[in-house]
Amino acid sequence: MLIIDCPYCGKRPEIEFSYGGQAHIARPVQPADYDDEQWTGFLYMRSNERGMRAERWRHVRGCGRFFNALRDTTTDQFHGSYKVGEPRP
Amino acid sequence: MSAFRTQTGGRIDRTRKVHFTFDGKTYEGLQGDTLASALLANGVHLLGRSFKYHRPRGILAAGSEEPNALVAVRRDEARYTPNLRATQVEIYDGLQAQSQNRWPSLRWDVGRINDLLSRFFPAGFYYKTFMWPKSAWKSLYEPVIRRAAGIGKSPTLPDPDRYAQRYAHCEVLIVGAGPAGIAAALQAAKTDARVIFCDEQSEMGGSLLSESAVSIDGLSAADWVAQSLVALARNPRVTLLPRTTAFGYFPHNLIGLNERVTEHLAQLPEHCARERLWQVRAGTVLLATGAIERPLVFAGNDRPGVMLAAAARTYLNRYGVRTGSRAVLVTANDAAYQAALDLGAAGVSIAAIVDVRKNPGGELHAAAHRAGIEIFAAGTVLGTRGSLRISGVQIGQVDGSGAVHFKRSIACDLLLMSGGHTPSVHLFSQSRGTLSWNEALESFLPGTPAENQRSIGACRGVYALSAVLEDGAAAIAPQRFTVTATVTSPSGWLGALPRPVDSHGAKAFVDWQHDVTVKDIQLATREGFHSIEHIKRFTTTGMATDQGKTSNLNALAIASDRLQKPIPEIGLTTFRMPFTPTTFGSFAGLSRGDLFDPVRRTPVHPWAAQRGAVFEDVSLWKRARYFPVGDEDMHAAVNRECVAVRSGCGIFDASTLGKIEIVGPDAATFLNRLYVNNWSTLAVGRSRYGILLRDDGFIYDDGVIARTATDRFHVTTTTGGAARVLGMMEDYRQTEWTDLKVWLTSTTEQWSVIAVQGPNSRRVLEGLVTGVDLSAAAMPHMSVARGAIGGVPVLLFRVSFTGELGFEVNVPSTHGQAVWEQIFAAGQAHGITPYGTEAMHVLRAEKGYIIVGQDTDGTVTPDDAGLSWAIGKAKPDFVGKRSLQRPSMQAPERKQLVGLINVGSNVPLNEGAQVVETRAQAVPMTMIGHVTSSYYSAVLGKPIALALIAGGRARMGQRLYIPMPGGELEVQVTAPVFYDLEGARIHA
Repeated sequence: MLIIDCPYCGKRPEIEFSYGGQAHIARPVQPADYDDEQWTGFLYMRSNERGMRAERWRHVRGCGRFFNALRDTTTDQFHGSYKVGEPRP
Repeated sequence: MSAFRTQTGGRIDRTRKVHFTFDGKTYEGLQGDTLASALLANGVHLLGRSFKYHRPRGILAAGSEEPNALVAVRRDEARYTPNLRATQVEIYDGLQAQSQNRWPSLRWDVGRINDLLSRFFPAGFYYKTFMWPKSAWKSLYEPVIRRAAGIGKSPTLPDPDRYAQRYAHCEVLIVGAGPAGIAAALQAAKTDARVIFCDEQSEMGGSLLSESAVSIDGLSAADWVAQSLVALARNPRVTLLPRTTAFGYFPHNLIGLNERVTEHLAQLPEHCARERLWQVRAGTVLLATGAIERPLVFAGNDRPGVMLAAAARTYLNRYGVRTGSRAVLVTANDAAYQAALDLGAAGVSIAAIVDVRKNPGGELHAAAHRAGIEIFAAGTVLGTRGSLRISGVQIGQVDGSGAVHFKRSIACDLLLMSGGHTPSVHLFSQSRGTLSWNEALESFLPGTPAENQRSIGACRGVYALSAVLEDGAAAIAPQRFTVTATVTSPSGWLGALPRPVDSHGAKAFVDWQHDVTVKDIQLATREGFHSIEHIKRFTTTGMATDQGKTSNLNALAIASDRLQKPIPEIGLTTFRMPFTPTTFGSFAGLSRGDLFDPVRRTPVHPWAAQRGAVFEDVSLWKRARYFPVGDEDMHAAVNRECVAVRSGCGIFDASTLGKIEIVGPDAATFLNRLYVNNWSTLAVGRSRYGILLRDDGFIYDDGVIARTATDRFHVTTTTGGAARVLGMMEDYRQTEWTDLKVWLTSTTEQWSVIAVQGPNSRRVLEGLVTGVDLSAAAMPHMSVARGAIGGVPVLLFRVSFTGELGFEVNVPSTHGQAVWEQIFAAGQAHGITPYGTEAMHVLRAEKGYIIVGQDTDGTVTPDDAGLSWAIGKAKPDFVGKRSLQRPSMQAPERKQLVGLINVGSNVPLNEGAQVVETRAQAVPMTMIGHVTSSYYSAVLGKPIALALIAGGRARMGQRLYIPMPGGELEVQVTAPVFYDLEGARIHA
């Protein structure tokens, strides 16, 4: 079980969190401007990094907040977490 | 005392005799024996039959790596544990053990015919053999395979034992209490660290428990272990856990430990858990898991009486058991000579030592020479004799040109073997550390760790005792030890031993537990499997319950030899938890029966229960499904409840509806962006049916949303969707639309919802509700008002999921049952009838109202469900809008929701049944859709169904067919509304 560092509450066990997939995929402000291919890319295309990955977590059984974290997918070790809206460190 | 028990020595208690049975026969052992050592002391070597060929098998090892000697232990009908390694079962008075995989008896087993027919069962035979004809699968292959396959039998009754679970934190966790582990623990105990120190065996001490001739700091091995453990036990910061297997290494230094608390006891103490699952979060993990002696691979290496050299030494020195009378040792290293010397000193005749190496030497070799033991250098084994026990061995020698010649046959009842040592890197590998190949040691050793963790001692290829102790200590702080022990140089043999080129037929086993031979692995490489992961799956080598502890390296070496590729290039298969099989009970702990899952009950639940309601599970909720009167069955009760609602008045507990309050100046904007509907135009005091899509355009949830103030909305969701809808809302609020001033609160459990439905519902409520004018003019359909019932504030919805005039009374949950009872009492004059979820389903289906998740499946758009009227067309965007514009989302052949009525039959269709266009199609038929909802409508006197049919709305009136086991049913496509088509009743 992972230990996840919530930027608001600190380190907590994984059972308090839900996973939110790849981070930094902003919903377009004007989806109508996207052609079908761009929109499909937004909806479905995700990277599958071997190594460092920025991903979304929610401290759903804690403060309820979404945040982002960097995790090395080869070791499962985290390399920092940060609030929504902050750039990837 | 049996002939095989020594007069003195060992760690058993010779004053305490223990009686146990094996296959019904009573034997005597001593306190401290394992089942394996006790049976060996009685001269019993035949313990089981092999998995595939049913060959007689004995005891190969002395520890958890044992692949052969699997037994079942039975305490009573419910307490029956299969597949235990006899080498790990501690005996107690009254222990009942049984051999496995044999019929009718262990000595005379019918399945051994498989051994003679083995050329028909090469590796992968099931992939090739059991394919055609298809019909044979059901009648022949599956029953036969099911009977023959698998190892051991399951217990037949529920597990009566209790299993405890606990979490623990420590600075240092040490796995393995051999010399490295103890040295590390002693050092850690000097610090202020909390230390957890576990070992899978009943006694801590590891290999030192089998040593006879070494000394550490002036003490014998046994005394040093005892003194160290006493010191550790006295330290309050140290937790010693014997009989505890570290079975799994999980991320961030979470280690799963399985402690067997009562398994070794003759009498089970009351109120004591059988096992305890520890989840230990450790600052540092020290792996001192040792090394496993590797078998040699030669023809007939599986007969009972063929044993690892170190195991025989353990049986002698630790348990006082001679494992034979006349032994031959086959070895590829010095260390195994010690076994021959120890056994020889204990009175076992050592007939010969066959050393695979060309020029063996060293201290122990010289000692064996002095003892007059005949030694064959450059030797090999060509075969063994014997049926239920080895009776002889054929020795060969490799000449200068590499040719193998027969040398001699030697009679023996014990054949010891040692192919060197394999460091036990299972846990290290589980922790996602990378292994690196050490050419000198011919071993995979721990390389780069992924966790804060360190391997110490033999598990990282450090073998000399003084080095092991110092390696262990140095993990905490360096320490010198004074050790007297014979120093041997590690060497070994990987893969099959040399044999003549014409040696066909004879089975040389690599994986004992899965009966995988050298030939099987060679066959795999011939058939084109070049990756070890593929070879493993094709031959099943290393896939048995022992996970290839004794076999993996040999299998790898044989593949490497055939493929002419070095071992590190072929790579090692991944180790997975559990290290040894672990009971399900230990994982389940207390999460069984009533404690398996939380149960949610509504405030009206006690009333419904008292009324005799039959409940159903809807997510975690218990919902009243129907209220039988007298001896009514469900069908009769539901018909009566439906008719009551349509003709008079029904009362329904809708409290499980998800409820979310959305508050803030941007509440309407927030809802506009999320739901398909236009919320800006919704007046305070009015409500609207809302549809929520995901951004892929498919229906995610639905529910009535009311505006209770300009900046306040009361959102309802499906019962099962409440949590995920709130999660989705929070996601958009926190991560996408951070500019909006809006606040979300779950109010599901704050409101009890009492639905009062039917033509008489207004009359029932009129006399009860204060502060609200219930007239059709003042309170039309989809209006909301605040009032009170008996002084309790209520939020009153005029809303209907039945198609009738209806209300939903929201009251604070604490008053839920009281208000329900008041309404029920007031309704008596109007024939009020409680109805359950089943009638609710029928009533809504008669009106074609969908249930998300039943009539939709994650691929249904609002238009597919006939709900495009709800979409706020003028809105620039909402979640899912862009997806609805993709061409495929507007294709006319998409599946659309329609109604189906039976033609020529009166049987409700099966929900989930497939729909086809024409009669008597050839299989596979072309399926054009499926039935999503189907009920008998008492009001209409016929079955009704909803279905998703390709291009359904263009098929009105068309006849379609539903193939069923009893024949095809004919149906006609209709609009998905069956009752009150013009919708007048709802506005009454």
